[in-house]
Amino acid sequence: MLTKQQIAQRIAKEVKNGQYINLGIGIPTLVANYISEDLEIVLQSENGLLGIGPFPTEEQIDPDLINAGKQTITMVKGSVLFNSAESFAMIRGGHVHLTILGAMEVSENGDIANWKIPGKMVKGMGGAMDLVASAENIIVAMQHCSRSGESKLLKSCSLPITGIRCVKKIVTDMAVLEIDPEGGFILKERAPGVSVEDIKSKTEGKIIVNGEIPEMEF
Amino acid sequence: MINKTVKDANEAVRDIASGAFLMMGGFGLSGIPENCISALLHRDIKDLTIVSNNAGVDDFGIGLLLQKRMVKKMISSYVGENAEFERQLLSGELEVDLIPQGTLAERVRAGGAGIPAFFTPAGVGTEVAEGKEIREFDGKLYLMERWLRSDFSLVKAWKGDTAGNLIFKGTARNFNPMMAAAGKITIAEVEELVPAGELDPNQIHTPGIYVQRIFEGKNYEKRIEQRTVRS
Repeated sequence: MLTKQQIAQRIAKEVKNGQYINLGIGIPTLVANYISEDLEIVLQSENGLLGIGPFPTEEQIDPDLINAGKQTITMVKGSVLFNSAESFAMIRGGHVHLTILGAMEVSENGDIANWKIPGKMVKGMGGAMDLVASAENIIVAMQHCSRSGESKLLKSCSLPITGIRCVKKIVTDMAVLEIDPEGGFILKERAPGVSVEDIKSKTEGKIIVNGEIPEMEF
Repeated sequence: MINKTVKDANEAVRDIASGAFLMMGGFGLSGIPENCISALLHRDIKDLTIVSNNAGVDDFGIGLLLQKRMVKKMISSYVGENAEFERQLLSGELEVDLIPQGTLAERVRAGGAGIPAFFTPAGVGTEVAEGKEIREFDGKLYLMERWLRSDFSLVKAWKGDTAGNLIFKGTARNFNPMMAAAGKITIAEVEELVPAGELDPNQIHTPGIYVQRIFEGKNYEKRIEQRTVRS
């Protein structure tokens, strides 16, 4: 089973040179730590910045410079600042190439639920609905099962959904899977030490296994 | 040049009455109109509707207005950092409209730009789409959203001039420019107010035509929600 850091590390391998990328809060934020320095990429912050840099030193802290998680940040060379309408224009307009975000549930047809647990957590969707409705490539970082062992890869989402038919790829602590446009989780890779049978038994939705499934490489 | 200057925050918010529909700039606690919020706390008003991406924290920003039960309804995208907010919501004292962040930004932008409605893909197939017109364009589904316009927009900028022209700094810009344009009365508080003519016209983000009142704020706290440093 992968740690959160290993999930982030595996997702970082999906990043391609020249991409503009939006990273969600949680595991997706960690992906930035593992992106190869050989790649020229730009990180978008939905509150109005292209070119997120590392966290600041104590001396560099600027309250007027935060990311979407409200953390203090710095800017890389060549950064640009803009307003929230412009920020979502570039998101909805398809100019952001890759969106990486967390999920509570994903369904076999690519629906995602990650914003609301009725009666329990009603904090709001922030920018998640705009992102999932628009990005050409959405990768989800999540745990395969809930704490009580229930599958979070389902036939259909039980929680209020954030977007329909939008997820392309999922990296969990057990596996890398892709969504079949016809419906189903196509198993692509398994975590070290995790068997295909383990993954099948922890996936409630339809799972598609074609031939030998390799172990992940990092 | 028309002079938009008022003396201070108290004078700027003097005629905001109970039941007013307000917009407040800011993302988290960054770029919020701190001085105007403080001045509102001294007014005996209630039943405010506030459009703001977030709702502050318990003891700062819009959270202070919530503590004093001055707010009837919030229109926001994410409200997760505020226990008093949650209490009032669950007890039914407070109404909340949760809106996708890009839709919120565009509804405000549309309000200022005279566009009464538009179609967006955000929220199609979700509970956000309930009761809204859905249309297909070029093979993809979109839902219709309406503009938002305010009685008063309270915005915060870095620098401004007496003509109401504004320059923002960093990610404190966020919703402020669209809200400035969407207000019947827009009140701008700035860290530094200069005479008209001193700002470089090439560098101005919000033209003064959108601003009715401007003043130089004081004692900015600029509280940081998630102070994060390099390890």
